[in-house]
Amino acid sequence: MEALSPTMEEGRLVRWLKPEGASVANGDTLAEVETDKAIMELVARGDGVLRRQLVAEGATAPIGTLLGVIAAPNEDIAALVGGVAPVSASAAPNAPSPAPATATAVAPEAPAPMVVTTSEGDRVRSSPLARRLAAERGLDLHAIAGSGPNGRIVKRDLDTTVAPATPAAPVVAVPVTAGADYTDIALTQIRRTIARRLAESIGPVPTFYLTAELDVERLSEMRKAMAELGDDYKVSVNDIVLKATATALAQHPEVNAHWLGDRIRQFARVHLGVAVAIDEGLITPVVFDADKKRLRDIAREVRELATRAKARKLKPEEYTGSTFSVSNLGMFGIDQFTAIINPPEAGILAIGAVEAKPVVVGEAVVVRRRMRVTMSCDHRVIDGATGAKFLATLRRLIENPLLLVY
Amino acid sequence: MASYDVVILGGGPAGYVCAIRSAQLGLSVGVIEREGLGGTCVLWGCIPAKSLLESAYLASRVRHAAEHGITTGELGFDYGPAMKRSRAVSAQNSKGVEFLFKKNKITWIKGTGTLTSPKTVKVGDETHEAKKAVVIATGSRVRGLPRAGLDLNKTTVLSSDEVLVLDKAPKTMAIVGAGAVGCEFADVFNAFGTQVTLIDIAPTILPLEDGEVAAELTRSFKKRKIDVHTNAKIGDVKIEKDSVSFTIDKKPMTVERVLVATGRAANVEGLGFETIGVRLDDRGFVKVDERLQTTVPGVYAIGDVAGPPMLAHKGQREGVVVAERIAGQNPHPVNYGNIPNATYCHPEVASIGMTEEVCKAQQIDYRVGKFPFSASGRARTAGETEGFVKVIREAKYGEILGAHIIGSHATELIHELGVARENEFTVEEVDLFVHAHPTLAEAIAEACLDSLGRGIHA
Repeated sequence: MEALSPTMEEGRLVRWLKPEGASVANGDTLAEVETDKAIMELVARGDGVLRRQLVAEGATAPIGTLLGVIAAPNEDIAALVGGVAPVSASAAPNAPSPAPATATAVAPEAPAPMVVTTSEGDRVRSSPLARRLAAERGLDLHAIAGSGPNGRIVKRDLDTTVAPATPAAPVVAVPVTAGADYTDIALTQIRRTIARRLAESIGPVPTFYLTAELDVERLSEMRKAMAELGDDYKVSVNDIVLKATATALAQHPEVNAHWLGDRIRQFARVHLGVAVAIDEGLITPVVFDADKKRLRDIAREVRELATRAKARKLKPEEYTGSTFSVSNLGMFGIDQFTAIINPPEAGILAIGAVEAKPVVVGEAVVVRRRMRVTMSCDHRVIDGATGAKFLATLRRLIENPLLLVY
Repeated sequence: MASYDVVILGGGPAGYVCAIRSAQLGLSVGVIEREGLGGTCVLWGCIPAKSLLESAYLASRVRHAAEHGITTGELGFDYGPAMKRSRAVSAQNSKGVEFLFKKNKITWIKGTGTLTSPKTVKVGDETHEAKKAVVIATGSRVRGLPRAGLDLNKTTVLSSDEVLVLDKAPKTMAIVGAGAVGCEFADVFNAFGTQVTLIDIAPTILPLEDGEVAAELTRSFKKRKIDVHTNAKIGDVKIEKDSVSFTIDKKPMTVERVLVATGRAANVEGLGFETIGVRLDDRGFVKVDERLQTTVPGVYAIGDVAGPPMLAHKGQREGVVVAERIAGQNPHPVNYGNIPNATYCHPEVASIGMTEEVCKAQQIDYRVGKFPFSASGRARTAGETEGFVKVIREAKYGEILGAHIIGSHATELIHELGVARENEFTVEEVDLFVHAHPTLAEAIAEACLDSLGRGIHA
């Protein structure tokens, strides 16, 4: 079973389009599979004969399940088919699906022999250790770039790959308390139901996105005016956005929050995670108490954290503890994008590029500098209206940057 | 002014391999070497020492000739001819490198080079230009132990250079330093009838090897009447005309010869480093980045001079990698975590990866598998049942963290586990391969199985 959508965990085989014994070529449609989103076509990844159908029509199978075998007409496939129990449609669709064969079920005393069940004909170059680690961590080797000879996937490649969204943040058994820095909100029944239903619907972090286009004329003028005062006063657009976001978060604790499984934690302090691209991937150093810091301090601190992040010199306490995060790809010319929430945080703001474009102001079309921001919201914590109110505050601050010094 | 794409200072294992690989990639190469091609390895290290160790091995084997129904006359053990044989083997190997230079059209510039700029090297009155790169492969040299009063005098206080050309084995010898070199010469001179005292300040001999391996070798050495002193301090050194007296932990001792085997010094002097800006690290080796480039762009350093481990095979690989980089390729970097250690005394010791002590210190969850050669059919047929294979695997995934072999042919056997580690095979893949019977290598498969709790023969 191939992952036919990014959030798909299992698929229902609706209909086989090729019977057993049929010759198939690479790219032929083999079957229709119903994913969490739609009915998709499952195509052959190699030439040969569809020797066996191992999953019956109407049956549901998790990703990675061997659906069938394409092989040469006389090839011995007994070893491939041997240990696989056919999946029949009689299994109730909602019954827990059988776990894919991974090393998780095996006691650490003896590593289990790996059975590689890939539904695809193409072979992934990988070391046995890498395969074992990938199975354990639920990583798809097809999606990983190998750094060994001829692109072979080795252990270090897995160490730099982040596991796909794992089931929500671990629930820590801490009594519900209201401390100085945060408030824990017990879940109401409706909140609990919303959380469960949404998570079932879309994945462990039920995310929705809010996009707003902000006018940054004044912000740009402010930057220019500051730069004219000398190099000491130069700040980036990003620095101002961070300051504005932190200020807005201080006014919206319902957004400056973590989802903790059994409760929501709203923070009184704003610790802003700032996504920084590094060679190995991505890291999010934290500007602590960003709402209370001056623009100059934020600018200096972000520059310093980014430099050390790139040199891989950050201490763990410098990239943990954020209450909300910001990711900016504007400098890469990206107009607009959606960022992925860093659990247990409830939201992340994705900043696009500043761009001059025609805008209607009053009755006239004028050229204004604009910037698109997209907020990813964990719907278990933030409802549409809550997020929109936060963005309205952010808009007011960014479009009127003098408010930041108020 | 002669001009080459690459000028290499030093014709030892790092330099000559770098030269050959560069030539294969179409670069013109000049190698500056004042002595013979092959460097310390061929002339004063690996090759002559292994020749003498082979003589020592035969000396111990021939003592068991009668068990095999072979009648010998009275046995005699004379170091002189063994030494001469080792020199012949060494010269032969050096000629072999010369042949390879001719075959690959590499120029041997005889003499000592000094960098006058990042692109020019002076040898005598002549200047040689390096159009693409200069590679420093000047190696290392023996050194004494002045702080213990043991300056090398080449008569009574010797280095490995001198013991390799002794005419006869001394009656008594103290070896200071029980690393690979110390243990190998302890083995050689013991076999030729010298009363050997082996001394190290560390708590075990072969201090970099796994503790169990060091303990097994100590037992074996003591059985052969090698006097082993660890955790030992020497003092009150008095050098006489034909003897040296000193104390070990306050106890007096007099020997004919002392061999100092406490390490080697990098050859970094007189090369013009100050002129062109090549800097050294705090241990006196040439400072290089992960691309083996020195602090001067276009000037590389490889082999002993670029830092430990000071092993010929490490230098050779660095030579290949640097040659490929100079030729504009993107070679796989040297995997320093997977370089085998080999000590050719008897029983041999070889290892790869982490020792159990290191795994413990790093708090890694590991399992150990062991198989003694006393349980190996092949080892029994050879009458060589000392030692064992020890495999350390990570508990959950079976990754081979380290492997340690002590026993006959250990230095050959280790490579199976080295290839396994390089390819990230786990203990299970090693066992899955059907090992021929009877072989010593079966012990490796058994040790892997033992780490899984499934050993068959032990």
